[in-house]
Amino acid sequence: MTACNPMTPLTLLILSLIMVPLATGLGLAFLRIDALRKVVVVGVTLAVCAGTIALVAVSAPLDLGGGMSLNNHWINMAILGAEVTMSLYIIYVGLRAKHAMIVLLTLAQMGLMGWFEFTAGAHVEVTQNLFVDKLSVIMALINGLVGGGICIYALGYMREYHEVAHREVRDRRPLFFALLFVFLGAMFGLIFANNLMWLFLFWEITTLCSFLLIGYTQTDEALRNARRALVMNLAGGLAFAMAIVWCYRQTHGIELQALIGSKQALVLVPAALLCFAGITKSAQLPFSSWLLGAMVAPTPVSALLHSSTMVKAGVYLVLRMAPVITGTKVGTMVALVGGITFLVGSLAAITASEAKRVLAWSTIANLGLIVLCGGIGTYEALWAGVLLIIFHAVAKCLLFLCVGVVDHKMHTRSIEEMSGLIRRLPRVAVMMLIGMAGMFLAPFGMLISKWAVLKAVVDAAPLLSVFIVFGSAATLFFWVKWMGKLVEVTAAGDTDKKEFGLSEGVALYSLGVATFLTCLLFPLISSQFVEPYVMDVYGQTASLSKDNILIMTIMMALVMLFPLSFIGYGRGVKVVDAYLGGANVGGSVRFLGSANAVEEVTMHNYYLRGFFSETWLSRWGGIGGSVFLAIMLLVSYFL
Amino acid sequence: MSIWIRVIIYLVAAPVVGCLLSGWDRRITARMQARQGPPILQPLYDVMKLWGKENLVVRRSQNLYIWFFLVLVIFTGGLFFAGADLLLVIFALTLGAIFFVLGAYKASSPYSFIGAERELIQIMAYEPMVLLTAIGMYIATRSFSVEAIAGHSKLLVLTLPGVFLGFLYTLEIKFRKSPFDLSSSHHAHQELVRGITTEFSGRTLALIEIAHWYETVFLLGWVYLFFASLPMLGVAVSLFVFVFVILVDNVFARLKWQTAVRSAWLVTAVLGFGNILILSLLQNK
Repeated sequence: MTACNPMTPLTLLILSLIMVPLATGLGLAFLRIDALRKVVVVGVTLAVCAGTIALVAVSAPLDLGGGMSLNNHWINMAILGAEVTMSLYIIYVGLRAKHAMIVLLTLAQMGLMGWFEFTAGAHVEVTQNLFVDKLSVIMALINGLVGGGICIYALGYMREYHEVAHREVRDRRPLFFALLFVFLGAMFGLIFANNLMWLFLFWEITTLCSFLLIGYTQTDEALRNARRALVMNLAGGLAFAMAIVWCYRQTHGIELQALIGSKQALVLVPAALLCFAGITKSAQLPFSSWLLGAMVAPTPVSALLHSSTMVKAGVYLVLRMAPVITGTKVGTMVALVGGITFLVGSLAAITASEAKRVLAWSTIANLGLIVLCGGIGTYEALWAGVLLIIFHAVAKCLLFLCVGVVDHKMHTRSIEEMSGLIRRLPRVAVMMLIGMAGMFLAPFGMLISKWAVLKAVVDAAPLLSVFIVFGSAATLFFWVKWMGKLVEVTAAGDTDKKEFGLSEGVALYSLGVATFLTCLLFPLISSQFVEPYVMDVYGQTASLSKDNILIMTIMMALVMLFPLSFIGYGRGVKVVDAYLGGANVGGSVRFLGSANAVEEVTMHNYYLRGFFSETWLSRWGGIGGSVFLAIMLLVSYFL
Repeated sequence: MSIWIRVIIYLVAAPVVGCLLSGWDRRITARMQARQGPPILQPLYDVMKLWGKENLVVRRSQNLYIWFFLVLVIFTGGLFFAGADLLLVIFALTLGAIFFVLGAYKASSPYSFIGAERELIQIMAYEPMVLLTAIGMYIATRSFSVEAIAGHSKLLVLTLPGVFLGFLYTLEIKFRKSPFDLSSSHHAHQELVRGITTEFSGRTLALIEIAHWYETVFLLGWVYLFFASLPMLGVAVSLFVFVFVILVDNVFARLKWQTAVRSAWLVTAVLGFGNILILSLLQNK
């Protein structure tokens, strides 16, 4: 084992980005004073945000490909110790719940890693344990800024959660915030790790954290869903462990960058296994059910899992593998899994009337699109995939946080009940509309990225575009009908005086602004971060032409004019009652029905449940996904 | 011709052409039904009359959406005739359509609400084929730019016959013509009243009509693209398609939305995707 290199400022920054949230998390677990917790959470979040922003400034002049060696016997021992502790805890959980799969998967994983340590552990040499490139910087920014925003929001949200909305749930806020920060720290570790052993540790920490967070309320449903998430992610973890062993067997090293740089044929099996792990973590079919089940957790958890951490770790790994699997059958299978998930997720979202479920299906679908990019793995596709990660994180986080506020104010997550939200909670409604526009409307980020995906797909594998064209049409349907519910006003009502507290407000507004800014600064984000990264990996890159940037800027200006047009609100118009077949009774909301009975007007969105069935879609989508995954693993081995 | 001249010609000429086409539509429809029909300029008289009417609304902001619908439809056509990226054109078109739908939601009346829902279903039905048409043109010409596609040396319809037929099918939906006049029928006082436009009156209804003129010209321009290497043929086919759409409108009764979506998607999958499948197989060889 070599000694530590002298610490550069960059190394120090990265280590503190990983260690500070982890340490804060451990500290918060024992902090029972609310006021003090607030100070710590805000302080550390700001520090982490500053740290990630500094990363942009610091890393630019430094050699980004430069390595960081932190070889120390004690560090490796500590990592091993942490892994064993976690595994033992998970086995304990499995035994207590009498859940055989949890125990078996963990034992298999432990056995494999133990055997590996025992036989090869002493010979493994790692020259770079940590690694920074533009992709890690992008991921770190998302994790720091979006994740940080969620932590701030959680302060106000969780107080209301326990003191007003859900008194029945035991107040375990110290644990909650501890887990949030450990999650953030682990995510940073995962992004910067080059040593697959380290990466694996952080991978497993996110699995464990999400298990604990999903089960936070301790209801039967929450515990059941938490265990389901655990099982699926443990399966991915087992694949990850196998990938490490296989990678060592083939390349005599366990470094991510070395794996990516190796000859395709040599490392196809570990790459396929890592893709499998990424696919479980990013809730692709057939593993989507864990993310749908995760909705039972308090909203900040959903926001965290869906936008900046957990699922993004999965697609991050798939995108990392893109250069290895591109052009292979493995890549095609990964792309097919992503494609079918996008289509099924988008169609299933039509049938859902619960806001969080729609958001969950939409997350699954969009991750499918990213996985599709990873599977295609050309430079264009990679460019599009990274853009999707950025835009999706911001807009989706905003949407979850809005739904959380509505949930607390109106005690419902049903989209039907959000009718007239623009009058009752105008600020939240506007933020929600911005979030939705960010998710699917031109010229916002997600649509631009989808456009990039479509181009990449048509160039590399035109037949896969069939998933995208049908999926996009469905996407449009479920978002617009939700938007429509928000803007329609059918009954008189007053605006709530206080829509949200300070911490929620800060998070909502900054994410709302971020949705706009990421879109306006899109050319900059692309040229400063995404293109250099793609250039590094492929030696060529995709970008938007000047003409198209101009057109999109004009479109953006048009869309921004829309709120301005409300200056003319109500000018020069005469308000009359809606047409109710001439049978209105005192206004637009009641009419004279049969037998002269006065009836209320009710309007319900279409969910087309007779046309698409969620169960049918999940079943066949799951079967399709499983088949593609099985073929992927088989061809990686036999070809 | 420079881009700007083309765009200006479009901005000025499209409403004139659209208005005339709309007049002919009513005339031809009348003749098919053995009626005399209104004068060719009737749509213009209608719009002028509507413009002078009182502005009645149910919700104060509902008309703002329609203004943006019109602006975006004009913008879409502008992009198209400027020769921009075809996918961007589609996205702009969709954005415009969404403003229309949101305006109907905003009006918050049961009839416009149903119209909005059905219009969304119609968008969902035609969107895949519209996107596939752009993809098909890309595969045939290696470019998404309308400029490049129009300048392609071969007759596109020969490589993309399935895509062309599929596009025709969805055109029927896009024009909201029978059998797909689900969201708003030209013939009022049916179960839908006027669907999506029920609560729009006066000047706003005139805006919707003008948007329709622009949209007609843009969509026929897209039909022309399939024949762009033979300009005269292109114009002839575009006009023929216009008459054909009117014929279908008069021959068929309205379908259920389920049939509309199912059939449109089936056509997209078989004709559109099938065409692209064969094309990419041939190109791989």
